[in-house]
Amino acid sequence: MLKKRFKFKKDYSLFFIILFLSGLGLFMMLPLVFLVSTAFKPSEELFIYPPRFFVENPTLQNFKDLFLAMAGDQIPLSRYFFNSLLVSGITVFFTVLLGSLACYPLSKHKFPGKDQIFGLIIVSLMFAPEVVEIPRYLVVSYLGLMDTYSALILPSLAFPIGLFLMKQFMDQVPDEIFEAGRIDGASEWTMMWRLALPLIRPAWATVVILAFTAVWNDAGSSALFTQSEEMKTLPYYLSTVNGQGVARAGANAAATFILTVPTVLIFILFQRQVLSTMAHSGIKS
Amino acid sequence: MIAYRFKNLMKEVWRWRVSYLLLSPFFILFALFIVIPTVTSTALSFTYYNILQPPHWVGWQNFKTLLVDDEIFITSLMNTLYFALITGPVGYVLAFLFAWLIHQIPKRFRTFYTTIFYVPSLTSGVAMAVVWLVLFANDSYGYLNSFLIQAGVIDEPIQWLQNIKYIMPVIIIISLWMSLGTGFLAFLAGFETINTELYDAGKVDGIRSRFQELWYITIPAMKPQMLFGAILSVVGSFKVGEISKAVAGFPSPLYAGHTVVLHLQDYAVLRYEMGYAAAISVVLFILIYGIGKLCFAVFSSKGE
Repeated sequence: MLKKRFKFKKDYSLFFIILFLSGLGLFMMLPLVFLVSTAFKPSEELFIYPPRFFVENPTLQNFKDLFLAMAGDQIPLSRYFFNSLLVSGITVFFTVLLGSLACYPLSKHKFPGKDQIFGLIIVSLMFAPEVVEIPRYLVVSYLGLMDTYSALILPSLAFPIGLFLMKQFMDQVPDEIFEAGRIDGASEWTMMWRLALPLIRPAWATVVILAFTAVWNDAGSSALFTQSEEMKTLPYYLSTVNGQGVARAGANAAATFILTVPTVLIFILFQRQVLSTMAHSGIKS
Repeated sequence: MIAYRFKNLMKEVWRWRVSYLLLSPFFILFALFIVIPTVTSTALSFTYYNILQPPHWVGWQNFKTLLVDDEIFITSLMNTLYFALITGPVGYVLAFLFAWLIHQIPKRFRTFYTTIFYVPSLTSGVAMAVVWLVLFANDSYGYLNSFLIQAGVIDEPIQWLQNIKYIMPVIIIISLWMSLGTGFLAFLAGFETINTELYDAGKVDGIRSRFQELWYITIPAMKPQMLFGAILSVVGSFKVGEISKAVAGFPSPLYAGHTVVLHLQDYAVLRYEMGYAAAISVVLFILIYGIGKLCFAVFSSKGE
């Protein structure tokens, strides 16, 4: 009865909401449309006056230039790309694995020190790697990892947000499942692999997206922990070339385009599971 | 007595040995790359340390220099606060507002709009500089200048990335564009979990509009997600630096885009004054932690 009275008004405002979101969405998309447009612009369109926003005659020239220019330098672009893929892939895999292993006891066991450990993880949600670059550098060099892939991978594996989200998701799994497992005589080890891991699969998608985006876009680790050019990653390369002005705008836009596509694709692929995980992201103090 | 307690505790620890084993891989890395660096930073901030010689103790000297004599630090602190006080709250409110608006539309359209608003946060701030440098270019070849000149708003190009009045606003705009991230997703998901019976009950109690619904029902029910989003927002807005470096250069004109993180990098990576840099990081750490604690106090869900 009440619903009916709302109905007409609701549709009216709904129309405005969709209009508003579409307008702002278009506006938000402008820089990305511009990026794609620039990446495919032939050089004469990059320098015309007045500048044109959209590409008229799309070409792959910028991508060719990018790969050729890089082959002319000492390090081909494919090397940066390979480093990025390798480092991101391994980091994401282990972030998910370590987070899964740690979230089960943190959520379902009552061992001494549990609350303190979880409290520490909550506090570390406020942690920003940028703030402790120097000591991190000292730790990495003390461990003798300088200029290795490990130096690019291990520090990123300490990813509190990932563990936090997994643990919150695990909290939603009823304890009875594990009680039943115990009665059936399953060991903790078996329950971990057979019950806990499959149950938190939706949370994996979220951690994959967050961890992948963080590592894939991270230029800082390369700058800090590696010296030789063949150990650097794609975002580091981009951070060094972007200052070279408009002359390379086309090729740099092409490189940025290549850098941006994977993160967007991964998000679109995993989006559905992400929202189901994020629902439990709240911090209850 | 104490010995007896200790023995009991050890018994408990042994009983849960599998839990510790499962926790250990994450926790070892967590200790190595988060706990130890934080403690080391604090310790080093009281020393003079240049990497080549062992650190020697100087007490509060670094902090004195930092807060009294280092004008550039004060500039960077002011810039950071200016940035954080705008970007943090505005980005946070925008994330909440857009999530709420998206939640109002039918399910089948939600995915599309969520993706559109979230994608900017997936981009790399440093890499996107290629776009910003052209959009905000200082001459009339810059797209924004060209657009404004053609629209008759301005007569001559504005030096977006040179004029100290505009550097920080440009960095803020770029950061806001990228700010609909994890918190935004948390809000979206949070709206989905609110028990719809609450809304029906609210209607019976005389709630008439969407905004009343939002204020009296939705926001109280969303406190945990809102706290999570607030924490991420605070941290994100205080560690500003990379984007400034990418669009305004380093150092920026008259330090107009200088931030605490950049000041830290300056002393750590370029001058090798590690003790001093550590003191900067401690100040930043205290700032983030203090404001984070404030968020906890604001959102602590008492009486639920």
